[in-house]
Amino acid sequence: MTEAATTTRRLNMIEAINDALHVMMERDPNVVVFGEDVGYFGGVFRATAGLQKTFGKNRVFDTPINECGIIGAAVGMGAYGLRPVPEIQFADYIYPGLDQLISEAARLRYRSAGEFIAPMTVRSPFGGGIFGGQTHSQSPEALFTHVAGLKTVIPCTPYDAKGLLISAIEDDDPVIFFEPKRIYNGPFNGYYDKPVEPWARHPDSEVPAGYYKVPLGKARIVREGEAMTVLAYGTMIHVAEAVCREKGIDAEIIDLRTLVPLDIETVEKSVKKTGKCLIIHEATRTGGFGGELSALVQERCFYHLEAPIERVTGFDTPYPHSLEWAYFPGPVRIGEAVDRLMKA
Amino acid sequence: MATGPDPAKAARGNLPPLSLHVPEPNFRPGDPVDYSFLDIPPAGLLPRPDETCPATETTPLCSGMVRVLGDDHHAVGPWNPKLDPDTLRRMLRAMALTRAFDDRMYRGQRQGKTSFYMKCTGEEATSVASTYALAADDMVFPSYRQQGVLIARGYPLTEMINQIYSNKADKLKGRQLPIMYSCRDYNFFTISGNLATQYPQAVGWAMASAIKGDSRIATAWVGEGSSAEGDFHAAMTFAAVYNAPVVMNVVNNQWAISSFSGFAGAERSTFANRAVGYGIAGIRVDGNDALAVYAATRWAANRARANGGPTLIEHFTYRAEGHSTSDDPGAYRSAHEREEWPLGDPIMRLKRHLIELGEWSLEQQEAMDTELVDLVKAATKEAEKNGILGHGLHHPFHTMFEDVYKELPWHLEEQAKQAIRERQIKWPEWKPE
Repeated sequence: MTEAATTTRRLNMIEAINDALHVMMERDPNVVVFGEDVGYFGGVFRATAGLQKTFGKNRVFDTPINECGIIGAAVGMGAYGLRPVPEIQFADYIYPGLDQLISEAARLRYRSAGEFIAPMTVRSPFGGGIFGGQTHSQSPEALFTHVAGLKTVIPCTPYDAKGLLISAIEDDDPVIFFEPKRIYNGPFNGYYDKPVEPWARHPDSEVPAGYYKVPLGKARIVREGEAMTVLAYGTMIHVAEAVCREKGIDAEIIDLRTLVPLDIETVEKSVKKTGKCLIIHEATRTGGFGGELSALVQERCFYHLEAPIERVTGFDTPYPHSLEWAYFPGPVRIGEAVDRLMKA
Repeated sequence: MATGPDPAKAARGNLPPLSLHVPEPNFRPGDPVDYSFLDIPPAGLLPRPDETCPATETTPLCSGMVRVLGDDHHAVGPWNPKLDPDTLRRMLRAMALTRAFDDRMYRGQRQGKTSFYMKCTGEEATSVASTYALAADDMVFPSYRQQGVLIARGYPLTEMINQIYSNKADKLKGRQLPIMYSCRDYNFFTISGNLATQYPQAVGWAMASAIKGDSRIATAWVGEGSSAEGDFHAAMTFAAVYNAPVVMNVVNNQWAISSFSGFAGAERSTFANRAVGYGIAGIRVDGNDALAVYAATRWAANRARANGGPTLIEHFTYRAEGHSTSDDPGAYRSAHEREEWPLGDPIMRLKRHLIELGEWSLEQQEAMDTELVDLVKAATKEAEKNGILGHGLHHPFHTMFEDVYKELPWHLEEQAKQAIRERQIKWPEWKPE
């Protein structure tokens, strides 16, 4: 599915996202980028660095600290014919914009029978592991997967981040694009007491120059295997890989990449093959997307299952500051679930 | 370590306990009504600053009230837009048509042809006259009581009724509550049932127009009640920060369902005064004076088009009927309010003005009213051929699942099959269209 591209470079996640924004702003004069601190400064995580200098203040600008206004303005810009790519500085800050996302952006096409659409991509760093405390660490993806009309995309490598972001920007439906901030600079694998590898040593940090797409709605099989199917996304892919490697488990690890629309075919095929399913996400457990995945697997693969579906998640507490690693679904919690599945 | 203030020395003195102020309207059902407390300046009093003036020059306009039509039905003062009689007659006709349409649709709802309707009786000037002051390609982000905009722009009545009936010809495929129109070809944004969301959207549209170096401007509408929403203030901030080419209307019709304007802050300030704090231009206008509404909107539109930035216009008017067909205002407000409303009725006032000018007569008015009733009746008959709500003549069943996304994802495809199966179980003779 990937469209051809010639040269490649080693990029981290932030650089890959920045590259995608440059590519799309160059290709499409209707793409505009705005948000808190994204203009001259280039964003608190540097994702928009250099954009204002290259494309001008008319297309890349700072906004008031008002997420309702940011998303609301993006809806109006979309109605005009622009393709807005607003940044919400932290996913934790997105809540003041929820009415504009849920009642407006997500419903526009339906309620106007296609007269108006909201072709926006809302980029936002999410997830914990950076000592951000409860207001800079949340993973609220399930709030958005629950909303008809929104697409929710979460990359886990620089290659995917660029290709998925380009697809999201070109998509005519509103896309929530959550960027796992813990892996901006390296594929953090959950072993917080060991040094993190830089992206440069990871094969998926090799990012083609220019335009290419990774399609929305298509999962990626990170690693083929027979022992169990691991369904995850974002940071948890790297943690799952590390745990399975350490334990020598021949797991099939699936990076969902897009939660809605979900690549159910890939999920179903894998679970029917392995007969076991482990679902991992960093978000809180109750009402999390893992519950949806678990229900889907049960509905479609019940007679192939050899063990109860396992769900490893964050705890149902706010993200604690000092006890961050006690909250984080790290190698111990995942390891226990893997052991239970292997014994079953 | 520092020590805090001595609790024993707290400066409370002999103050009485704190008390909560819960606003209460002046009149409740059965009460006699006396509006002498309202400060209504005579027509022609307020100055008309240059359209490119600093916003601060409009400060007196925010607490005063721009009025053009005097008690003697003459147009006076610097805000008189000096419209030609033909334009005045067309405006009068659009306002009268809006009222005739409302009356018919209200009856239609009572007759069970649809589930819901909202009249704008008494507020026709706010939407019709302001539409006349805009270009046809300026973008309107309406609230739910701006049917006058569509009617003034010549949108076909039959299309409106198709939507109200959610019938098979409803362009919105029966998905929206009646009156929640969407008319892209008429530069009329899709109406939301969530209040004030259109305000920041209008500002975003206006910003886009400025980004692109366009000449079109946006207008937004909100009621005084929902000006309390965060969206209103988000929009004001964005409009001010980016000097967006947008005209922001607050229709202060005194009532938000059963809550009087005091619950949106009217006891403390006018709504136009909100502009002062944001540093943008503001005008409070007699919303039942079509000429004043026209003049204020034209001023604001010219200012926006000249890169002069946003204007907040408060239309001071009165909601003469219930909030909607689901509301009985007799349960919470005095019926005398409507009779005693000191700014009169917008249609009557424009009519009297035209008669005063020698450009109209009671006979012509009567003939026009009859003609408009027939016009609406004919449009209704035409729309009824496409069905009324709940009588089977709706859009093909599968359209229920379309337009959630541009393309139908697998899970909606599965759910569509389920819905069709359920229908076939209930009505075995039914075939998917």
